[in-house]
Amino acid sequence: MNSDVPQRILKAAADPRYYQIAVLGSLLIFGIGVLGFDVTWLHAVAIFATALAVQYLCTRLVAAGRFDPLSPLITSLSLTLLLRTDVLAVAAGAAAIAIASKFLVRFRSKHVFNPANAAIVVAILLSDRAWVSTGQWGSAAIGAFAFACLGFLVLTRAKRSETTIAFLAGYALLVFGRALWLGDPLSIPVHQLQNGALLLFAFFMISDPKTAPDAAIGRVLYGLLVAVVTYVVQFVFFEPGAPILALVMCAPLVPVIDACFVGRRYVWRLSLPRGAATPADVLYSMPQRRIP
Amino acid sequence: MRILVLVLSALMTVTLSTTAQAFCGFYVAKADTDLFNRASQVVLVRDGDRTVLTMVNDFEGDAKDFAVVIPVPTFIEREQINVGDMAIIDHLDAYTSPRLVEYFDPDPCAIRREMFAFPQAMNRSDAAEEELMAAAKASGVVIEASYTVGEYDILILSAEQSDGLIDWLNDNGYRIPANADKVVGSYLKQDMRFFVAKVNVEAQKKSGYTNLRPLQVAFEHDRFMLPIRLGTLNAKGMQELYIYTLTRTGRVETTNYRTVKLPTNSEVPEFVQAEFGDFYRDMFAKQVEEQDNRAVFLEYAWDMAWCDPCAADPLSADELRQLGVFWVGGGDPRGRIAPSPAQDVFVTRLHVRYDAEHFPEDLIFQETGDRSNYQGRYVIRHPWKGESSCNTDEYQAQLLKRQEREAQTLANLTGWDIEDIRGKIPMVANATFVDETPWWKALWN
Repeated sequence: MNSDVPQRILKAAADPRYYQIAVLGSLLIFGIGVLGFDVTWLHAVAIFATALAVQYLCTRLVAAGRFDPLSPLITSLSLTLLLRTDVLAVAAGAAAIAIASKFLVRFRSKHVFNPANAAIVVAILLSDRAWVSTGQWGSAAIGAFAFACLGFLVLTRAKRSETTIAFLAGYALLVFGRALWLGDPLSIPVHQLQNGALLLFAFFMISDPKTAPDAAIGRVLYGLLVAVVTYVVQFVFFEPGAPILALVMCAPLVPVIDACFVGRRYVWRLSLPRGAATPADVLYSMPQRRIP
Repeated sequence: MRILVLVLSALMTVTLSTTAQAFCGFYVAKADTDLFNRASQVVLVRDGDRTVLTMVNDFEGDAKDFAVVIPVPTFIEREQINVGDMAIIDHLDAYTSPRLVEYFDPDPCAIRREMFAFPQAMNRSDAAEEELMAAAKASGVVIEASYTVGEYDILILSAEQSDGLIDWLNDNGYRIPANADKVVGSYLKQDMRFFVAKVNVEAQKKSGYTNLRPLQVAFEHDRFMLPIRLGTLNAKGMQELYIYTLTRTGRVETTNYRTVKLPTNSEVPEFVQAEFGDFYRDMFAKQVEEQDNRAVFLEYAWDMAWCDPCAADPLSADELRQLGVFWVGGGDPRGRIAPSPAQDVFVTRLHVRYDAEHFPEDLIFQETGDRSNYQGRYVIRHPWKGESSCNTDEYQAQLLKRQEREAQTLANLTGWDIEDIRGKIPMVANATFVDETPWWKALWN
C-alpha cells in the first residue's frame, strides 16, 4: 500500500486539475477576503454539495463509471467565483444544471457545453435573481497581471493554450481596433482588457480542453470566433457578461470544427484507473477518450 | 407581543417626529456643500430597454450662461423631454442618505430599554457640466429637432464630423473644451446624438422659477450607461457624481468598474453627531483613496416600500411616477395590483469621485438580482447619565472600553488623529489609560 504513495503523487502531479483547483481556490479566497465578494458560505456549500451529489448520481445512473470528484469541484469553484445570486435555490440549481449538462448534452462522446458556462447562462435566463458581476475584480493592473500569471501556470500544465491565446489576442485586437477607429485614448481598451472576469474566463473557462476543439488549428479558430462573438455581444448588443454568452453561443459549433480539423483528444492523466469511464470535466476537466 | 407592538409604535412616533429634524439637519449640513463641490446628481430609471434620465443642474450663476451637452443613444422627440421637480430629487437624496443613528444606554441598574433613531441627511451641490460658449462657424451639423421645454431651449444634434459640430456649438454659445474633438467624434461614430440645452431666459421669466429645474429625458435603447467622458475634459481635479437608480428587480452596479460598499454600521463617538458632514466627507475620501480612486461606491440599496431607520419617508407613487418610474401607478397594471407600500421599485444610490485618468470609460451599468438591503448607517451610543441606584463601576469600566473602541473605529474610518479624537471624548480624555499594546511591540522600534 505504501509503495503506491509516490506513484499516486506523481499521477496527481500529472493531472492539471489539481493546479486548477488550487488556483481557483486561491482566487476565491482572495475575492472573498480582499475584494469582499458577496459569497455567503451557505451558497458555497450548496453549490459544492449539489455538484458532487449530481456528479455521483449521474456517474451511477448515466455513465456507469467511477465517481470523479475533481471535475465537480472545479465547476463548483467556477460557479462560486462567477455566478452571483442571493437565492439559495438558484445557486444549487445552477450547480445541478452544470453537472447534469455534462452527462446529458453530448455529441460523439464529448459534452457540448462547458458546465459552469452553461449553468450560468441558464440561471440568468431562467431567473431574474442571478447575475455575473464582471466589475467585481476591479482593474488594478497589478492584480490583472497576477491573475494572468496564475492562470498561465494552469495553462502550461494543460498544454492546450491555443484557445486562450487566440481568444485574448483576437479580443484585444478588436477592442484596440475599435478605440483607434473611434479615436479613443488607448487607456480605454487597456481598461477593458484589465478586467478580472475577462481573464478568469479566458484562462479558466474557454480553455476547457474537453469542450474545445480537438485540433490545434480548430482551437485557434474557435478562440477567434468566441472573441468576435464576445465583441458583438458587448459592443453591438450591449449585454453584460458578453464572453459567457458568447461561449454558450459558439459551443455548438465545436463538433463542426472537429469534423473539419481532426485532432487527438486531450487526456488529463496518462493512465486512468480502470473503469474511470466518465469524462471528467468542467472548466477544464479532462477525461479520457472513450474508445468506441 | 403587546409590549413589542408598543415599543414599535413608540419607535415610529419618534422616527416620524425626528424626520422633521432630519430635514433641519439637511439644511444645517449645507455648510458642508463645499465638501462635495462640483457634485452632480443623476437619476436613472431603468426597466428592460427603457430609460428615464433626470439630470440635476445645481448651476449657480446667471441662467443665460448655463448650457448642457449630453450624448444620447437615440433621437429624442419633444414628448420624451420633461422638466422635473427638484423637490423630488431632494426627497430621494434625503431618503437614501447615509445616516447617523443614536441609541441611549439604559440605566445599568434597570432592564428597561429605549431606543431612538434619528437620521441626518447629507447634501451636495453643483452640477459640473460642460456648458459655455464662444463663436465660430457651423458646418455639417444636422439639427434633428429643436424644442422649448419649460425654461430650456433644447436641440437634438447629429453630425458627420466632430469638428463641424464643435465649431457649430461654439458658434452658438456652447463653450466646448478645445480637446473635446476626439470624445465628440467617438460618440458620433457610436451613432449617438447630442442633446444640448440652454436656458431660455424669456421662458424662465414666464415660468416664475428662479432655479433651474432638472431636465428629464425618456428613451429606449439597450445601452444602460452614463456618459462621463465629456465632463472630465475641462474638469479641474476629481468630480463628484451621485447616481440614483430606480429599477424593478434589484440593485444596480457598474460592470466596468468595481462597485464597493462603504463601511457601515460602525459605532462612532457621540461627538460625531455634531460633525457628521465632516465625518462622512473624510471617511469617503479615505475609502476612495484605499480603492486607488477606481471604485464606484454603494451608499444605499433598498426596496422603496420601506426603510429602517428612515432618513426620510419613502417616495410616494406620484413622486416616483414623476421621476419616470413608468411601471408605478398610471396605466401599468402591475403597479395597481401591488398595494401602496409594495411599490415594486428598488433604489440604488451610487457615489463616484472620478477623473479621466482613473475612469477612462463611460460608466456602464447592469441591474442585478440582488434585493438585499444596504444602507450607510453609523451609530452613536449615549452613555447612561441618569441616577443609578446600584454600583455602576462595572458599567463605567465597560463604557470606557467602548468609547476607546469607538475612537479607534473613527480614526480608522476617517484617518483623523486618534489623540484629537480622544480629546473630544470627555471620559476617554480624562482617563488614565492602561495601554493595551503588547509590551514587545515597542521593544525594537
